[in-house]
Amino acid sequence: MSKSIDVTDLNVWYGDFLAVEGVSMHIEPRSVTAFIGPSGCGKSTFLRTLNRMHEVIPGARVGGQVLLDGDDLYGAGIDPVAVRRQVGMVFQRPNPFPTMSIRENVLAGVRLNNKRISKSDAEDLVERSLRGANLWNEVKDRLSKPGSGLSGGQQQRLCIARAIAVSPQVLLMDEPCSALDPISTYAIEELIAQLKTEYTIVIVTHNMQQASRVSEKTAFFNIAGTGKPGKLIEYGDTATLFTTPQEQATEDYVSGRFG
Amino acid sequence: MTTTSDATVAVRPADGIHSHVPLTGGRLPRGSAWLVLAGGWAFAGVFFALLWAGGVTTTFSIVGTVFFGTVLFDIVLYVISRIVEGPRRALDRLVTSLVSTAFIIALLPLISLIWTVVVGGMARLDASFFTQSMRNVIGDGGGALHAIMGTLLITLAATIISVPIGLLTSIYLVEYGRGSLAKAITFLVDVMTGIPSIVAGLFTFALFALVLGPAARSGFMGAIALSVLMIPVVVRSSEEILRLVPAELREASYALGVPKWLTILRIVLPTSLAGIVTGVMLAIARVIGETAPLLLVTGFTFSMNYNLFNDRMMTLPVFVYTQYVQAAGVSAQASVDRAWTAALTLIVIMLVLNLAGRLIAKFFAPKRGL
Repeated sequence: MSKSIDVTDLNVWYGDFLAVEGVSMHIEPRSVTAFIGPSGCGKSTFLRTLNRMHEVIPGARVGGQVLLDGDDLYGAGIDPVAVRRQVGMVFQRPNPFPTMSIRENVLAGVRLNNKRISKSDAEDLVERSLRGANLWNEVKDRLSKPGSGLSGGQQQRLCIARAIAVSPQVLLMDEPCSALDPISTYAIEELIAQLKTEYTIVIVTHNMQQASRVSEKTAFFNIAGTGKPGKLIEYGDTATLFTTPQEQATEDYVSGRFG
Repeated sequence: MTTTSDATVAVRPADGIHSHVPLTGGRLPRGSAWLVLAGGWAFAGVFFALLWAGGVTTTFSIVGTVFFGTVLFDIVLYVISRIVEGPRRALDRLVTSLVSTAFIIALLPLISLIWTVVVGGMARLDASFFTQSMRNVIGDGGGALHAIMGTLLITLAATIISVPIGLLTSIYLVEYGRGSLAKAITFLVDVMTGIPSIVAGLFTFALFALVLGPAARSGFMGAIALSVLMIPVVVRSSEEILRLVPAELREASYALGVPKWLTILRIVLPTSLAGIVTGVMLAIARVIGETAPLLLVTGFTFSMNYNLFNDRMMTLPVFVYTQYVQAAGVSAQASVDRAWTAALTLIVIMLVLNLAGRLIAKFFAPKRGL
């Protein structure tokens, strides 16, 4: 239950402003791909086009092709809601639903879609998802307490549990550790390493050590200047990109010469 | 002081200038502000008591005592503090006491009003007032049950009409509305907020007169008139609250593959429920005391009427008005007493509704912590 992603010549606009230009890449199933690059270079924007979340922002539109195992996400008759059921997303700031308990948060994807689920199946799904997110042992005694009462790192893992509870094919993570301390970050990186056996994972990060630790492939995005579109500069194996990059800009960035 | 210590001190050249700058200053003892306030009130109290005793005023003026006592407190505290503590602390105390004065000035009319209504309303605060109508009552006795029922029914009907319309409008404005249509709606809602209540009454009257003729009067017409006043308040308050729901929560829901309408229904509305309830309560408070449109379109009656769609209906504000207007002759006082008690009842109903709203809001508010 994992799908590949093929992007061909993708452009993203916000109104008249071209934010991302000419991105093409192939993402393998059951792998971790990291996007790195300076702020404002379009990593998150590009990531959001992979499950049509950019459409939530008024005026955003896309040109080009995104194929999920051969199905064009932007083809005629494609329902963005169905796309998002297959391509889950974890955000930069943990955002558990404040009106719901921990259990309800995990079940949110099922319950909010008005699907019937038996009590035992629900309990099963909660335990499986929370175990999958490495959170079960910490919260198993307080499943009916509010999710917003957890620590930041626990909340983020709760959001991951919520995302994997709907069994997506692909999991997108938009800087999932940028609001977390090193120990919670470590817990989430461990989790990513486990999850990649089942899911295709794409992660945006500002932390180059993190990119080199968790990912097999890395994509470096850059921007020529303010008001210019972000571009994919280099995409390749993580080890290669960090040791022997092909482009000067990539070398400058990964060696810390700027950014 | 020995010579050695003088020598070490002399190493720092600036020391001679700064050595006597104290870190402590004169301070008024704790609680002195309260003492001055009490003193100010006592002084003003004595002054007004003398006026009363001297026959200048007919009663002892509590409002005057509190107001002038507080102003006196501002001045005296500033002067004392300036002498003892210096200009910076004096200014701090002056601003603090001016803020307190503003608070007291805001509270004075409110407390005075409630006090007046309670005193006036006590006379008829008995069981018969809440169990009888005014049917066949001449002189003493009678009650306002018909008016209480009328107010509750009409306000309930107005709420049932306005809340769905208002809430759906605000959902449209926040979640769907883009471009000129949303701007036009916002503008119209703003205009509607400013409609004088009598205009709402005339609009309803004209609307129903087209179909039922100019003699039509019913509680439902009153509910329509109140809805015209209530809808813009509901729209504006729930719009503000819905905008406060973080976009992250909506995105989290979309990312789980939840359609937009379910996201609004299951995430946005529950998260903002407490605020929406408060907004609805404010809207009810806005209309429950309306007199003019109800006088116009529901008329008044002395009998019970539980049917919103047929015949005239009494409401509490109109009851107060008619009782005051008809106060004449030997039993004038009975009418006036009924009017005051009805006014008190209206305030109590609003109080109870507000408390209920608070409880609902507290019950449904997003739970934080463990």
